[in-house]
Amino acid sequence: MEKTEIFVVGGGAAGMAAAIEAARAGAKVTVIDENERPGGQLFKQIHKFFGSGVHRAGTRGMQIGRDLLKEAREAGVKTRLNTVVYGIYPGKRLGLVCGDHTEELTSPIIILATGASENALAFPGWTLPGVMGAGATQTLININRVLPGRQALMVGAGNVGLIVTYQLLQAGGDVAAIVEALPYIGGYGVHASKVRRAGVSILTSHMVLRAEGNESVERAVIAQVDEKWQPVAGTEEVLEVDTICLAVGLSPLAELAWIAGCQFSYLPALGGWVPVHDENMESSLQGIYVAGDLAGIEEASTAMEEGRLAGLSAAEALGYLSHEVAETRKIEVQERLAALRIGSFGDGWAMAKKEFLRARCEK
Amino acid sequence: MKQVGKEEGVRTTGIPSKEELEASPGYPNREALERGPIVVIECVQDIPCNPCEMACPKGAIRIGNPITQLPVFYAERCDGCGRCIPICPGQAIFRVDITYAEDKATVSFPYEFLPMPKKGDMVQGVNRAGKTVCEAEVLRVQKPKKFAHTAVITVTVPKGLSMEVRSIKRNHESPFST
Repeated sequence: MEKTEIFVVGGGAAGMAAAIEAARAGAKVTVIDENERPGGQLFKQIHKFFGSGVHRAGTRGMQIGRDLLKEAREAGVKTRLNTVVYGIYPGKRLGLVCGDHTEELTSPIIILATGASENALAFPGWTLPGVMGAGATQTLININRVLPGRQALMVGAGNVGLIVTYQLLQAGGDVAAIVEALPYIGGYGVHASKVRRAGVSILTSHMVLRAEGNESVERAVIAQVDEKWQPVAGTEEVLEVDTICLAVGLSPLAELAWIAGCQFSYLPALGGWVPVHDENMESSLQGIYVAGDLAGIEEASTAMEEGRLAGLSAAEALGYLSHEVAETRKIEVQERLAALRIGSFGDGWAMAKKEFLRARCEK
Repeated sequence: MKQVGKEEGVRTTGIPSKEELEASPGYPNREALERGPIVVIECVQDIPCNPCEMACPKGAIRIGNPITQLPVFYAERCDGCGRCIPICPGQAIFRVDITYAEDKATVSFPYEFLPMPKKGDMVQGVNRAGKTVCEAEVLRVQKPKKFAHTAVITVTVPKGLSMEVRSIKRNHESPFST
């Protein structure tokens, strides 16, 4: 069997984009994913994406996912599905669990694109069936085509909360309200406007106090909060809901990068502990690259661009691209990334990413 | 760049205020609306997005660089074809024709819920807050393949509500059996 030169861990938006770029340059690339099909979160994204029209904006995420898989096949990317990477050990050895056996593999370059996990929120009753992550809701309705309940409360008015609310309505469910502890809506106004037109209230400076019910969620008690996020007495309201969706942020799924020994930095704007990386997406360890939500929580378009950077850099490191060609290509990608990171919503990302580079320069 | 919607506006309510809309370069003035069917762009935040610019065959929408700039609408070039409506990921573009009839105007909007209404159906026109403000008749449902599953529905509404009605009440039906 041909020896794999790059193992990409995670076949979502970033991982597939990285694999495609590296394989197109000539590298032998294998994507490892624990799911039965690659594509990560893309197939759940049934809405049209923002971004630049020249780069697929206005196209639904699931279509972008289908196109990525096709491009990967055409580029000769191999995939190993239903396979969990449980660790990375010195000498770039990957520990795998596949079915009932384990394996150990190694490659000169590893690209980690493990994505993110949803943050939880603890409140009385949060272990009742019916309380779930908004991402889980999205998987149920858009992948499994199961409506988790008839009437939901959405917690969090960031883009995820707003988009999943809209998709719950599309699935035939109802959303009693969106509560947001901050005094403003964090997601895009246009996403908020869509759900408002569809009749959903957005209650800013509100939070969920508790979930009630015998066997599962039957009610949610919400209340207004003050500027210190403390409930204001006398403002409690009871909502008859059977589902409570939590859209309270994401954190980089960074275990493998920790095990590998990558250096980390704590950057709240990017979701917490993030492996430090340079402009080529290389971590503090030579030959280990990071991309996508693992390298800082953003969104699918930036994840794909970061994946491309990692893929190009890896191909260059293996000698498949000359420095000049790689630089030219990387500058194109960097320009597109920069364009996605401006404006009042992207500024925080851009500044946080610059923080890494500053930290590295001082080292 | 200026942060829009600090007080009562899209950032606190999810609904762009009258001031935000009128201050945005995509919102046509009364004079332009009186000339015939025209699009109304309700995009008031600096998000990185520009497919509307490419969708317009007349060059009536300009965003330029950087793509976070608000769309500038050149109303005199717009013939109301509405190609920008289904492509806007924010569903923030509408078409209004206040010249449709003496007492009636038409409003076109993107729609992605089932069941899809049909031509001739009587439906409830809702405002930006989702409140029913009038009865409306479905004049047209456009959903060609190139709209990629976003239908554009045109309804007739009382003339005075042409800048209020922005969608219709969703009919309750799940496409799944639960």
